[in-house]
Amino acid sequence: MIKLHTGIPSALLVLLAVAAVPALAQQDFSGEWAPLYHEDGPERLPGPELADYTELPINDAARLRADSWDADRISVVEQYQCRPHGADYSMRGLGNLRVWRDIDPVNQRTVAIHTHLLAWDSERTIYMDGRAHPPDYAQHTWQGFSTGVWEGNMLSITTTHLKENYIRRNGVPRSDKATLTEHWTRHGDYLTVTTVIEDPVFLTEPLVRSDNWYLDPGQHIGIFGCEYAAELPKPEGEVPHHLPGTNPYLHEFADYYGLPYEATRGGAETLYPEYRSKLNGYHPPDHCERFCVCTTLFNCNLR
Amino acid sequence: MKTLLTIVAFATAACAQDPVDIQTLHVQGNVYMLVGGGGNVTVQIGNDGVLLVDTNFAQLAPKIMAAIRKLSSGPIRYVVLTHVHADHTGGTEALVKLGATPAAPAPALVVAHINVLNRMVTPLPGDPPVSQPLWPNDTYSTPFKDFYFNNEAVIVTNLPAAHTDGDSIVFFRKSDVLSVGDVFEPDLYPFIDLARGGSVQGLIDGLNHILDIAVPAKYQEGGTLVIPGHGRLCDEADVVEFRDMVTIIRDRVQDLIKQGKTLEQVKAAKPSRDYDTQYATEGAFVTADAFVESIYRSLKK
Repeated sequence: MIKLHTGIPSALLVLLAVAAVPALAQQDFSGEWAPLYHEDGPERLPGPELADYTELPINDAARLRADSWDADRISVVEQYQCRPHGADYSMRGLGNLRVWRDIDPVNQRTVAIHTHLLAWDSERTIYMDGRAHPPDYAQHTWQGFSTGVWEGNMLSITTTHLKENYIRRNGVPRSDKATLTEHWTRHGDYLTVTTVIEDPVFLTEPLVRSDNWYLDPGQHIGIFGCEYAAELPKPEGEVPHHLPGTNPYLHEFADYYGLPYEATRGGAETLYPEYRSKLNGYHPPDHCERFCVCTTLFNCNLR
Repeated sequence: MKTLLTIVAFATAACAQDPVDIQTLHVQGNVYMLVGGGGNVTVQIGNDGVLLVDTNFAQLAPKIMAAIRKLSSGPIRYVVLTHVHADHTGGTEALVKLGATPAAPAPALVVAHINVLNRMVTPLPGDPPVSQPLWPNDTYSTPFKDFYFNNEAVIVTNLPAAHTDGDSIVFFRKSDVLSVGDVFEPDLYPFIDLARGGSVQGLIDGLNHILDIAVPAKYQEGGTLVIPGHGRLCDEADVVEFRDMVTIIRDRVQDLIKQGKTLEQVKAAKPSRDYDTQYATEGAFVTADAFVESIYRSLKK
């Protein structure tokens, strides 16, 4: 047997080298990630305008549900005060992300990936061990039940068993029948998460969005904390909402931005370039006066 | 308006088309949930024996008993009936018989609100008679009844004039589980059985009472778990969504009534249209029109 100057038998060296090759070109997403808000910044930082349904392939049911939504519900109704984002929204909201993984010590494979987000301390486990999703009659949660598979060096995650929540924080609903698919890709110190929401109750076609993160090893995620409390006197069981046709704020968003009202109402048709031909030569206003240059939460141009 | 016969026919047809498997889910503490066929069956087990909430259909009793026996070899000591409908009470006689053991041959106590007994003894015209072995033998007519079983308090509370006029919810205090019958079904419009004393306001009051009892764990999730009459295991947040839906549609119908609209005009306005894709899916027992009509008639009473 030939011996190298390391003193390790060459056959063993070859074995070690082979064993160190990443299985199926998997990426490691572990670490502290800080969010980038250059995509959909106004919606994600100051929060969406009332009745802004642009870019959402919603059906009539979702539109009326959002038209009826009254923001008082999240202050008047105690059960809404500490509600977290769902898994499909939490990566878009405020908060920093930590990712870590569980390794099977026997075969060194990743059996689960965990995420923690600042907002509501939301934590999720993405099972990588091939387990099945729970039956239909099992409990639903805000973060749902997630399983992941590798597609090359991309991590694809399927999440079911979500609780009903919103796809935009202005009352546009997402049902508990929805399925969330995510595709995680890493480019050096950057992470791109592409999400696809399919919802037979409120969407007429899949809603595709993406968000980006950068690796920030010095990041420290604080605690969140929330306690619900009766803040306002109210009758027992009151649920604030607008009766159909009575919401006075539906035109506000279109007026702020000089948009045709119909274009703000959402729907699959409005997602595609061909829709421009229906806008009858619409030109945006010369000056943007609201939420025009949001790069952080603190520099948005509020009117 | 639907009758008891309709309920039986609807669910029997469902059972006949698809051989029913009874699935078991551990809820938490001493409590399990059996799913399949008619209404969900709640099972509480321990050293004292077995307590059931609701009994599904009679023809499923052997399968339900087989599922119970995988959890406990103890005798069935208590059966609590949440309301009168056959998809929740039909298996009572068979399960009481099957659940007796040589060491505990006495029949179980069958607990229900007094109006469940009244409705069984005197069925509505056109409804089939209910045989005496299906009747509750331990009724209550007070706001609630409680007892201690399997090392925990069991609190049975009447929700007046809600789904029917004899609704009970059952709270397992140590396990922190509520079994609530058909007052709450997360994927379906509720059946407000006006002919048997149900009302939309009673239903809303009942849902708010459930919310008063349920306490969520961190960030509005988990904590007290809620077993609905039909459908998946839930918690407070799921009941909130359902309560909101019933309240909002009630408010819309009330507003249309104030405008002087007739029943046909109210239906034509489709006040539930933003909830129909969620709660009135194909094959649902209560259609959107039927739900709106039940609210209208309840408010006009």
